[in-house]
Amino acid sequence: MSCFPLFSNADVRRPVVATQPACWNIGVETLPKPSRFSAIPKLAGVTPASRLEVRAAPEMVSSGIRQMDALTGGLPRGCLTEICGPASSGRTSVLLAALAAATQRQEVCALVDVSDAFHPLSAAAAGVNFERLLWVRCGVHKQTSGLPQRHPSTALRANSVTEKDKYPKQMEGPVERALRVTDLLLQSGGFGLVMIDLGDVPLKIARRIPLASWFRFQRAVERTPTVLFVVTQAPCAQTCAALLLKVQKQSSAVGYPSLAKKLSADSSQPSEKNLSRKISPSHAQLLDELHIEGELLRSRLERKPVRSVTAVFTTKAMRIS
Amino acid sequence: MPAFACIFVPDFSVEAWLRAEPELRSQPLAVLEGKAPLQKVFAVNEKARRAGVTLEMTKPQVEACPGLALRNRSRLQEAAAHSALLDCAQSFSPRVEDAGCDTLVLDLAGLEPLFGPLPKIARALARRASDLGLKADIAVASNPDAAMLAARGFSGVTVIAGGKEAEQLGSLPVEVLLGGSFQICRDGPEAAQLLETFRRWGIRNLRDLAALPDVELSERLGQTGIYLQKRARGATSRTLVPVEPPLIFEEVIELEYPLVLLEPLAFLLGRLLEQICDRLGARALATQELRLELELQNGYEQDCHPEQARSVRAAKSLPRACRGDLGEPPHRDPASSGIAISARRASLFHRTLRLPVPLLDPKTFLKLLQLDLRAHPPGAPIVKIHLAAEPAQPRAAQNGLFLPPSPESEKLELTLARIAGIVGEEKVGSLELLDTHRPEGFRMQRFAPSEPQGRRGGEKDLRTESSRIGIRSGNSRTKEVSGRLKSYPSQNAVKSEFFRSLLKPCLQSTVCAELNPCSSQKQNDESPDDLVIALRIFRPPVSVTITMRDGKPAGITCPKPKEIHGEILWAVGPWRSSGDWWEQEGWARDEWDIAVQEEIGIALYRLVRDLLSGRWLVEGTYD
Repeated sequence: MSCFPLFSNADVRRPVVATQPACWNIGVETLPKPSRFSAIPKLAGVTPASRLEVRAAPEMVSSGIRQMDALTGGLPRGCLTEICGPASSGRTSVLLAALAAATQRQEVCALVDVSDAFHPLSAAAAGVNFERLLWVRCGVHKQTSGLPQRHPSTALRANSVTEKDKYPKQMEGPVERALRVTDLLLQSGGFGLVMIDLGDVPLKIARRIPLASWFRFQRAVERTPTVLFVVTQAPCAQTCAALLLKVQKQSSAVGYPSLAKKLSADSSQPSEKNLSRKISPSHAQLLDELHIEGELLRSRLERKPVRSVTAVFTTKAMRIS
Repeated sequence: MPAFACIFVPDFSVEAWLRAEPELRSQPLAVLEGKAPLQKVFAVNEKARRAGVTLEMTKPQVEACPGLALRNRSRLQEAAAHSALLDCAQSFSPRVEDAGCDTLVLDLAGLEPLFGPLPKIARALARRASDLGLKADIAVASNPDAAMLAARGFSGVTVIAGGKEAEQLGSLPVEVLLGGSFQICRDGPEAAQLLETFRRWGIRNLRDLAALPDVELSERLGQTGIYLQKRARGATSRTLVPVEPPLIFEEVIELEYPLVLLEPLAFLLGRLLEQICDRLGARALATQELRLELELQNGYEQDCHPEQARSVRAAKSLPRACRGDLGEPPHRDPASSGIAISARRASLFHRTLRLPVPLLDPKTFLKLLQLDLRAHPPGAPIVKIHLAAEPAQPRAAQNGLFLPPSPESEKLELTLARIAGIVGEEKVGSLELLDTHRPEGFRMQRFAPSEPQGRRGGEKDLRTESSRIGIRSGNSRTKEVSGRLKSYPSQNAVKSEFFRSLLKPCLQSTVCAELNPCSSQKQNDESPDDLVIALRIFRPPVSVTITMRDGKPAGITCPKPKEIHGEILWAVGPWRSSGDWWEQEGWARDEWDIAVQEEIGIALYRLVRDLLSGRWLVEGTYD
């Protein structure tokens, strides 16, 4: 944008805008005649600011978390919403809550899973309706069925396999595939919520995503009822994001009171006792009441707050394993 | 007054070829029949007739004619053209008589209020036949035989008013009476004898035959003569014999030269799809399943052109997954995807395209087939294309103003096919949880979202009433938990008991709310949030080294992701589970929840010890 030549050299010598500084403040009856603008070739097609269309405020939908709705007003339709935070900060919990709320509204949702990290049982526990969820697995692990291999030959993580071994046919990485898939989904239209999960993508790779891609996504969802939801480790979409929320765990001294209590109670019992219980605690039940703090970093919908605005969500244990 | 229409396609064998190759319509065309080298001309079009090509000429004779296109007679294409003709007739009237491969008679009784007057119906019939790729002559008369004679004798659209059959049919040559499917004589020589008799009598047209005295004609030709005279006068009366054509929509192209590239194949597929969609549209049907059968050339490397052989060898050098090897076709579960592949013989290549909703858009079908063939190429030159569509009732959808947005079915199918081309067919779809405790007990299935349900009247009333008394959260929570119960697999009794305990307070709160709204509001305010801590899975799990202390994990080291490294702050567990020990793929594992101090803070992981292999794995992180 900065390199676009708005004025020619001749215009620079005679800066028209600088000599007409009040053209935005004067009334309609005192607007300069169109001939003034039309006389300058470069400004002939420029719409005066007074005639610019006022963009209506987007419709907001619930994110599935009451505190987050109170903080941000919900998720804006036709805009890009970015949730960022480090690992174990609660990003996926927020994602699943938004997904559950959207599918319960009977909207068709799509999840572009860059690292193939989606856990179906967590989603089921969050209340996601799988019938209305399109899951696109852009990860690298080649597995034809959902059942895992019994003994994986090598320890592989999402992005540790060489591209040549993974995709002999298409020499592109998961992030590139995810961007192409997102393009297709947004151009197809009709989705109520499209999510891109870049949570496990290293930050240096995520920041290599060109800004033009985010602009393209923003333009694609503009004036549509689609909510574009991106989960990252750190802000990547920059100004394309209409809503930027940072989530993090509260400090351990504050955030794990019940956890510490349960842990101390559990530590007094031998481990084998857990196995002999008639009704064993649900898996990860000790992670109940994990406090997640969400901080609103940017919102185009309201003026930037003077100071940081935060909200605290409390999780409950995943009851199913 | 009864009215009958006849659809007659002159030079039917030629028209069948012109339907398959419309570009031949502008040039002379001759269809040959017989075994080489004794092939003779079986049918010609008007341009070839003008060029001097006649029937029964041999192939060497007609090859001297410049610009003449020669095609072998194709019974499959004729059958497809006849089916298209039947569809054309059936789209107007259910009472259709199949009077021959090139002739149909349909009863027009009662159609005038629907389609307009008889001339308009006749023109619509001609237009519909032209849309299906057949140039047909249409005649409408008060009896079937008169309509057939007029259709065979007059080109274009002919409408004979009632009582004027003899007058209008009189100018037709007498050969029309005995030619083609109108033969009343069992064998050919008798028809020839009759024609020779009429010629000796000086009878040239039907008017002459109709003017003969009945008694004398009967004395010389018997009942056959009387019958022929009645037909010449247009005065016969008979009952129509309607047929019920089966709903088979198939199109075939037999190629003169084998196809090697997919682009020309797509061109031909597009033509076949348009023909099938036209036929389906004529019967007010759509399709939900397309079956493509390609006949491949056997021993193509020896027979084909060196350039083709080079291309095929290049195709064979592609990876096996890229070229769709016919010897061992990639077996796929039809339930998990809409596309299945099978190979009956080595020379046949089958693809089946199943759609979640009935569609009737040839462009969408073509794009889907292109994407599918690009992912699964036949791997050999193609000599014959057979495309069949399974008819289905078209989708009737009533959109609502207040229904949530949903993708259009055509666009969604194309998008899914394109995404499958990017990430693989098995990596896109919706989830189905399996009835198992096995980790990651799910499978991918075809994504086909149902139509959003409209708000029913009773539900609306209930919601309104509930919101009035303040039990909105209670109701939604009950539904949510009920939905979870439906979506979850039936696992052990512990979890079922847990669900019941979870559901019970919701039901109780709902009932109590109806009795005491204030108490329910209070309960809603105190209800916990629905934010559930989620697990992010590492696929496959990350192998780690664990240091144990007092029977608990105390330290973790991972060679690959360096961030999973350090002292374990706390560990909870183990939760032991096992299953499928009666099968080859049994599993047994202990699960731990651990917290590891990392540079960015405390990270929560799920640690798994595979009891069968003794390995420690990090299955995922809580996020």
